[in-house]
Amino acid sequence: MIDSGSPVPPPPPRAHALELLSQMLLVRRFEEKSAELYTLGKIRGFLHLYIGEEAVAVGAMQALTEDDGIVATYREHGQALARGIPAGALMAEMYGKANGCSRGRGGSMHFFDVARRFYGGHAIVGGGLPVAVGLALADRMLGRPRVTACFFGDGAVAEGEFHESLNLAALWRLPVLFLCENNLYAMGTALERHQAQPDMRLKAQGYTIPAEAVDGMDVLAVEDATLRAAAAVRRGDGPFLLEIRTYRFRAHSMADPELYRAKEEVEQWKSRDPIALFLGRLRFWRLLDDADLAAIDARVAGQVDEAVRFAEAGPWEPLEDLCRDVYTRVQP
Amino acid sequence: MIKMTYRDAVRSALREALRGDPRVFLMGEDVGRYGGCFKVTYGLLEEFGPERVRDTPLSESTFLGAGVGAALGGMRPIVEIMTVNFSLLAMDQIVNNAATLRHMSGGQLSVPLVVRMATGAGRQVAAQHSHSLEGWYAHIPGIKVVAPATPADARGLLLAALHDPDPVFVFEHSALYGIDGEVDEGAAPDVIGRALVRRRGDAASVITYGGCVGKALQAADQLAADGIEVEVLDLRSLRPLDTSAILASVARTHRAVIVDEGWRTCSFAAEVSAQIMEGGFYSLDAPVGRVCSAEVPIPYAKHMEDAALPQVAGIVHAVRETIGSHG
Repeated sequence: MIDSGSPVPPPPPRAHALELLSQMLLVRRFEEKSAELYTLGKIRGFLHLYIGEEAVAVGAMQALTEDDGIVATYREHGQALARGIPAGALMAEMYGKANGCSRGRGGSMHFFDVARRFYGGHAIVGGGLPVAVGLALADRMLGRPRVTACFFGDGAVAEGEFHESLNLAALWRLPVLFLCENNLYAMGTALERHQAQPDMRLKAQGYTIPAEAVDGMDVLAVEDATLRAAAAVRRGDGPFLLEIRTYRFRAHSMADPELYRAKEEVEQWKSRDPIALFLGRLRFWRLLDDADLAAIDARVAGQVDEAVRFAEAGPWEPLEDLCRDVYTRVQP
Repeated sequence: MIKMTYRDAVRSALREALRGDPRVFLMGEDVGRYGGCFKVTYGLLEEFGPERVRDTPLSESTFLGAGVGAALGGMRPIVEIMTVNFSLLAMDQIVNNAATLRHMSGGQLSVPLVVRMATGAGRQVAAQHSHSLEGWYAHIPGIKVVAPATPADARGLLLAALHDPDPVFVFEHSALYGIDGEVDEGAAPDVIGRALVRRRGDAASVITYGGCVGKALQAADQLAADGIEVEVLDLRSLRPLDTSAILASVARTHRAVIVDEGWRTCSFAAEVSAQIMEGGFYSLDAPVGRVCSAEVPIPYAKHMEDAALPQVAGIVHAVRETIGSHG
């Protein structure tokens, strides 16, 4: 269990604080609705929920500009929403509809939005890291002062691509912000059962990459750490690794009976629910009252309902288009 | 037209690409200071500098994936993988990313990536350095696979690959780097997906690609000495496959022998054979023949390696089988 080591920061500007809360609530409600729609058979395939980890995506995304790139994992609903991809396009994608953000070709694990520089949605653990390194390489070679933020889980650090990518990014001093979303489980295998060295900072240091760990249940701490890390990357200092310590409250996917962890452990972490923690802070700072919360709840509920309507109303892609978009040019 | 080696033709295309487009850069193991493991990139570091001719660590998966990312980011990377066996370490990025990103993103992305690698056996480098796995890659929708057999094609198909908006894999048979041929350095980029008849004949079609084209032509010479004129069709591209050229040739000759350095089982030759069955069955006068590698990891000892690979004598034999002439 992690407690925020940092002292309580000064209150953020009210509008920004309420925006963070709204975004986290949107992720939470979107995920709850997704689970419900999965049981109804509206959403199929694999569905990996982000509940419990909302502060990570929402906090980290604040540090990125619209020119920065994002590479995420198969548990990327939070990142996609926090990046501003419309909830309807995401929901429609999970329905498999043509108005989905990947035209129904990707599903839950493969959200893409090039206009928002959101490059997936990668379901091979560790497979997104080399792509992020390459995006950063292009920025460096083209002289664009951008950051590529690469989200990955603690499971990915066991992959060779993690080590290769950290080495290459450090060697070439590329502007990659490595965001290790450590939720303590590689699917069902606990961190201490898959890592000889569970401290991600030490791994980064092995590649001369500066690193910090941050409480991933504290949205302001995540935002603050990511802002500082992104600033270092943007300055041209090379890559930075942030280990964001969090926990998923739900199962790995909808098919997971959770045999590998104790209910008590889950309950303990739920006592540090990132949304409840932040709400407590907001009330302490008197930045929010019941009427504010009710208004935000209503707005978020409306967004989720609208997303479902958008997905329900979306068209199915015609079967004649099956082999579309395998290549950029139609084969002669 | 000037005479140059296959190696020099590849280098000439690389130089032309680097000069002509600031987005083009090379990346791979020992492409810079070492000059390339087959000396293909020799001198390019000096001419274009370390930003555009990048030596990488031995991290095939990551520098291939970085090529994918750089392509998404607006560059035109050319990734060199020393030999096809090392590409197995990059299989994740090739199959799961390079080939899928366009489709999986609903058409939002293109991956204009060129990957070059040496393929094939014949140099006594044993089982881990002698694969012909281009047929595996040809299995995968989303990428293109070319296998130039001549210096002119080495240049023309590489330039075509660079002009293609999608990932193109260029398989250069390692036995070809030293061969000579006429190259027009002013010629426009080739077109991917067109086979070429290398020799006309009506007795049978010998269908092949890459490192086996030369062997097929030698076999054709030997057969011609006995009055048997075979057609040699060089596929040049395995994906997309020029099926109409295959069927047109078989329609002329009514017999086909496919020569492929891959292992026979599930070989690319099997695909070509199936295409002929599906589209040319009624023009066949004999079963389709295949000359492939023996079902064995490629051995080191020369006599054993020779025996494992398609050879001229084997091609001649297979043609005689299919036309029923062992005179």
